[in-house]
Amino acid sequence: MSKESSAPGLHAGDGFRTGFPILVGYFPIAIAFGLLAKSATLTFGGSLSFSVFVFAGASQFMALNLLKTGVAIGEIIIATLLLNFRHLLMSASLAARLEGRNRRFLPLVAFGVTDETFAVAATQEGGLTIPYLLALEVTAYSGWVSGTAVGYLIGGILPPLVQASLGIGLYAMFVALLIPQCKKARSIAALALGAGLINALLGMANLLSGGWNLVAAMLIAACLGAAFRKEDEMEEERA
Amino acid sequence: MKLFLLVAGMTAVTYLPRLIPLLSLSDRKLPPFVRRFLLYIPYTALGALIIPGAFQAIPGHPLAASLGLAASGLCAWLGGGLIPAVASGVGVAFLMLWLQVG
Repeated sequence: MSKESSAPGLHAGDGFRTGFPILVGYFPIAIAFGLLAKSATLTFGGSLSFSVFVFAGASQFMALNLLKTGVAIGEIIIATLLLNFRHLLMSASLAARLEGRNRRFLPLVAFGVTDETFAVAATQEGGLTIPYLLALEVTAYSGWVSGTAVGYLIGGILPPLVQASLGIGLYAMFVALLIPQCKKARSIAALALGAGLINALLGMANLLSGGWNLVAAMLIAACLGAAFRKEDEMEEERA
Repeated sequence: MKLFLLVAGMTAVTYLPRLIPLLSLSDRKLPPFVRRFLLYIPYTALGALIIPGAFQAIPGHPLAASLGLAASGLCAWLGGGLIPAVASGVGVAFLMLWLQVG
């Protein structure tokens, strides 16, 4: 019996609350995207449609860079697919913890799975419900879309120094999500550290693209963990 | 037209990896190894997202980024919530950049 399924389910209100830090983190990055899209001579509608329909930060920045260097759109789409393979693992991980059997809203929930919404949802104690996930994702999404519009229309409203320091905001959020989990169980710290080291080593080896390194690091570390540790051991350590 | 095709294609290849596992796994009983593997993914994902990317989060200022992250980590360790932890990290990074150290 896992701890997740015994804890009470999370509500939509929890989603808005825990999604707020993502909104704040997305906003300045989306402003930068809007600005960059404008400087790449995209129309307002074109720039906004990236954020509205694609909703994937790293892919959108990559697409702009490749567009500027004149790369064919087929190649940009393939590069995007490779970069987003990690979401296969994240969605699968969410699916394993999802409560309730109402499948009607799953296509909407799927649209909002990003590194950040996943990281926040997956580190919650309570049961993951569809209302919680939708509220979390809508909050994050609103920051991304509105930031893109603000960046395009108003431009650099944030001073460069502020913009630069906000650049660590989402990473700081990842750290702040991970640390309390590591406090609970040493095995969690080992999993995270292991994945980070594998990712760093793969980066130095420079054999694959960054997107593949991330997927490989997540896979290898989680496989090793699953092979060498039983779930109940981790739960005991947590208790 | 070209931009429309690009956005449509990127939407498809971004959406499908998010959708397929949710639709195919969400009402299935998984073997214990796969279940453990999927429950460990959040921690390995966080580790790989943080290392090494976080240290390059502020281009040209790895020290400011590192100290900011350390401040966030310390705040989270001491039991501060998510927002205080992020705010202290951004604050320390801002201070470092403003004072032109790191």
